[in-house]
Amino acid sequence: MTGLFGVLRREALLEWRRPGRWSSLVFFSAAVVLLVAFASPSEAALREQAGGTFWVAILLASTRAVDQAWQVDLENGALEALVLWPVEPAVLFYAKVLALTATLTTVALATGPLILGMYDAPLRGDVGTLLLLLVTGCAGLAAPATLLGAMTAQARGASVLLPLLLFPLVVPALLAAAKGTSVLLEGDPMGQAPAWLGILVTFTALHWSLGGLLFGRIVEDG
Amino acid sequence: MRPPSKAERAAYAIGLVLLIVGHGLALFWVPPERMMGEVGRILYVHVPAAWLSLVAYTISFGAAVGFLFTGRRSMDHTAVASAEAGVVLNALLLATGSLFARPTWGVWWTWDPRLTSSAVMWLTFVGVLLLRSVVHDPERRATWSAVSTVMAYVNIPITYFSVQMWRSIHQVQSNPGTMDSDMVFVLRFNAFAVLFLLLGWLGTGRRIAASIDARESAPPLESP
Repeated sequence: MTGLFGVLRREALLEWRRPGRWSSLVFFSAAVVLLVAFASPSEAALREQAGGTFWVAILLASTRAVDQAWQVDLENGALEALVLWPVEPAVLFYAKVLALTATLTTVALATGPLILGMYDAPLRGDVGTLLLLLVTGCAGLAAPATLLGAMTAQARGASVLLPLLLFPLVVPALLAAAKGTSVLLEGDPMGQAPAWLGILVTFTALHWSLGGLLFGRIVEDG
Repeated sequence: MRPPSKAERAAYAIGLVLLIVGHGLALFWVPPERMMGEVGRILYVHVPAAWLSLVAYTISFGAAVGFLFTGRRSMDHTAVASAEAGVVLNALLLATGSLFARPTWGVWWTWDPRLTSSAVMWLTFVGVLLLRSVVHDPERRATWSAVSTVMAYVNIPITYFSVQMWRSIHQVQSNPGTMDSDMVFVLRFNAFAVLFLLLGWLGTGRRIAASIDARESAPPLESP
């Protein structure tokens, strides 16, 4: 546990010292929210797709976030030093995933009100369930993004591959989060939100376990 | 590169003969499908491609897990060869599905769970192969592609389940009880044809992967 907190503290310090990192992600997702509006046929359609657009913005921001996170670790051999720390690679993985989850949740909390206001989306459902969905969604995206980012950041010229590897992989998470958010915004009259949350939790549990098992192979062989 | 083995040549020869006979049976012998008519004959390519692409991905997954446990490079060669075969069969599945969808459903593409998950599966494994292509160190390439193959494979059921909750218009899968016995026979016949071709392909793919590995692992030539 001490190791986990040690790595988490390091990640928090990095974010604290470079506030431009997470704030640029907020503006990035705001730009996505703005741009999607131009592709929408009507304001009614915009309202209906608010949940989906929100999660697409978070997913796109996650690729930038994970690139940034690994870039710092590749400078001056920081990753080698991290691997030599007396902590298991799995601990390192979970610390990185928790840090990315926190970053994405911050971006999501900033983007949420923006999309509610700009898309004139209703908020009729339970806010607590919506927040739970939001944190689980960010955690679900963070695990595969961290694992794949560790590979693509180390390979020269492969950062373009991160979206290609990540996007098809996170289809279940994106679909569940987007549909869950949409039904919650509408007040969830058919009680569908728990089912979508269930898929999201399953996806998150699967990729958190898998990442913990596989991460060591990537950084040790890297 | 090593020459092809007898088993590899035999697999290609048997596969090719079975494929020619199987397609002849599918086109001229078996009766047309009751609802879809002549269009239904495309299923004799579509369904074996679907079965065998899953078989190829499963072999790739097994070999990737095997590589992660044993570190044997031959496992990596099997994993990449079968992933490549899976991607090609999956592309054939999507292409024939699209050709079949147009006269049957009136559209080239629809967001049905089977179609959507097949497309997602295809893109995921294309990503794995592209990742391989940018990593030059053979050891690192083998490890990374094994990791991404495992991730891609275990994701298949949850992707299918999530898109099934989303929407569905695909026909319910037939089974031998609901199909004419001649149709079942030709479907299985064609599946065996593709299976033998797949085995031949695995042999060729393994040889190519081994030769790339040998070339990239060789020490640099000494300057005179």
